[in-house]
Amino acid sequence: MTTTSTKPAVASAGKHSLRERWNNLSRVQQWVVLIPLVVLIYFLPVLNPPILTTQPGYDFPIAMFEVARYALVAIGLNVVVGQAGLLDLGYVGFFAIGAYVMALFTSPDSSLSHLPFLVVLPIAMVVTMVFGVILGTPTLRLRGDYLAIVTLGFGEIVRLLADNVGPLRGNSGFKEVGHPPGTNADGSALFNNSNGTPWYWLCVTLIIAVLFLVGNLERSRVGRAWVAIRDDEDAAEIMGVPTFKFKIWAFISGAAIGGLSGALYAGQLGFVNNQKFDVVTSMLFLAAVILGGSGNKVGVLLGACVVAYVPLRFQAIAEYKYLIFGLALIILMIFRPQGLLGARQRLLAYGRQAYQRLLGRGEQISSDGALQTEPTPGSKS
Amino acid sequence: MSSVVLAQSDSWITFNVDAFLDQFWNNTFDGLAYGSIYALVALGYTLVYGVLKLINFAHSEVFIYGVYATWFTFYGLGFRPGNTPTLTVIELIGFLLLALLASMAISGGTAVVLERVAYRPLRKRGAPKLVFLITAIGASFVLQQLIFIWRGGNPELGIRLMRNQEVFTLFGGSVTNVTIITVVASILLMLGANYFVNKTKFGRGIRAVAQDPDTATLMGVNKERVIMLTFLIGGLLAGAAALFYMMKIPQGAWYQGGFLLGIKAFTAAVLGGIGNLRGALLGGLLLGVAENYGQSLFGGGWRDIVAFVLLVLVLMIRPTGILGESLGKARV
Repeated sequence: MTTTSTKPAVASAGKHSLRERWNNLSRVQQWVVLIPLVVLIYFLPVLNPPILTTQPGYDFPIAMFEVARYALVAIGLNVVVGQAGLLDLGYVGFFAIGAYVMALFTSPDSSLSHLPFLVVLPIAMVVTMVFGVILGTPTLRLRGDYLAIVTLGFGEIVRLLADNVGPLRGNSGFKEVGHPPGTNADGSALFNNSNGTPWYWLCVTLIIAVLFLVGNLERSRVGRAWVAIRDDEDAAEIMGVPTFKFKIWAFISGAAIGGLSGALYAGQLGFVNNQKFDVVTSMLFLAAVILGGSGNKVGVLLGACVVAYVPLRFQAIAEYKYLIFGLALIILMIFRPQGLLGARQRLLAYGRQAYQRLLGRGEQISSDGALQTEPTPGSKS
Repeated sequence: MSSVVLAQSDSWITFNVDAFLDQFWNNTFDGLAYGSIYALVALGYTLVYGVLKLINFAHSEVFIYGVYATWFTFYGLGFRPGNTPTLTVIELIGFLLLALLASMAISGGTAVVLERVAYRPLRKRGAPKLVFLITAIGASFVLQQLIFIWRGGNPELGIRLMRNQEVFTLFGGSVTNVTIITVVASILLMLGANYFVNKTKFGRGIRAVAQDPDTATLMGVNKERVIMLTFLIGGLLAGAAALFYMMKIPQGAWYQGGFLLGIKAFTAAVLGGIGNLRGALLGGLLLGVAENYGQSLFGGGWRDIVAFVLLVLVLMIRPTGILGESLGKARV
């Protein structure tokens, strides 16, 4: 418990020292802090804390599910944008594909054979991954801006196909999309559309699982390759990193998470049509990642919470949310281009320490070169 | 995977070859009118990309500000949505020129302000390219939402100064007055822009900065002024495009209306070779025509899909476009 009591003091000492101290804690000590936090997060919709609550404007458990859904998306997009440095403006396309696969296989409006929710969930992820390969293979030769535009085009193509292809039912959409099994004591479905709590729990559980998986990926050879590609693709290629393979890998991992969250979203809402998958949604996903700090998992979770929660909490400003996001993006990019919490990459942090020892002085981090605090001076895109 | 299963229950695409052949020339002429609008907007993307290597996402909002300026000019001149007034040719030309001036002024002003407020601070800090792109997206949001908050989510009712009438037929396709005005005026404007960039002193500055900003600065080119000028020219052309757009699609004044047109104009720029002024013209016309063919072949909703698929295909096959990037290349 000593760790929790010292926390405020550490926080006041600054973010970097907090991160350092956290990294220096033993695994057990980290768990002592994390487990109560996770338990608290799980019980949020039940506790419905007075200031945090979004009621009476918006049902709080459902709001919490929205937040969790954004968090899941942000983790997925962070793999693509934050880790591998591939700017994807069409991420909503993968989200839409996940939602549509769920709808096509579970809704009575669809002419396909109907399967249970839990069977379709992995199918949705696999189909999305296939689309990740289909999109990624030809386009990942492109860099930076061009890649951004192609992915934007892809997201729009997915949405427009949903508009125009007959079997996808356009605006009328799919009703009664499936939900996970389980019933209440009175026989009603546990996972229904009006009760967000079970959905929230499911989503948080999936987030934790995905965080573990992604965390392991990042610490592996794959993650190091991603960082190398993000920092300097040409150098990585020359040093023998098969960049194309790892870029596809990042794309597919991100796509699968997008598909998963799309499928969950379809299940919770119980209804899928073409209205929810526009470019603005894609930009909001990206805003969550950039706001929090791309490349930093805690950061993007924070960003997702801000993006999803603030408009639901302050319904009065909901009309202005895009304006506020736009302004926030501009101001943030000018004053803190790395996001609220910058990219976290221990490997390179060690590199900097070694550099400092070597030269016997601190690496200069001036305020006007705020970008250079990213460990990548002169990075390409 | 799902497509295979679905194919047996319902057809995904229907081909309407008869309509395509019947309407071929009509579509071609109409497509050229759309295409020249795309080309004018595309020049803004191309110039900014050539000089700054930045996709100015907010250029679509620069365009839509011009559309609103046109609408309000029409409104201020006493025209109202609904009936098309009967005007003499002199009056019509006068009013259109007035609207053209207003929309060019507003769009050009918006572009310059955008550059000052959003991009210049980043340049001063030497931000990496990704940061510029995100800022552009943010700026696009802000400009769009300002209109939304001011005018609400519904499109303005269309105001027409002139009816879209057939003037003569060519190969059995009808050529309308709006098409003629749009295509001729766009090509003149583009020739003007081309002349400006290739023949004048300021144009030489633009090309110098596009080729090598640092050396250009050493040679006495005022980089900041060149960049501002680039944004200004792009904005002016987008403003002109806005007038033609309003003549073609009177109900087009809508807060989100710029997005689709902007992305198509960018497609046009990429298609022809971004950074290449002639490429923008070629790409715009090609895209406009291809889109119209796609629409008549597959059905109305496929228009935009054709545009986006074309974008993806072109970038995949020839990332530098048909004519290649060239603004910075040395040319006399």
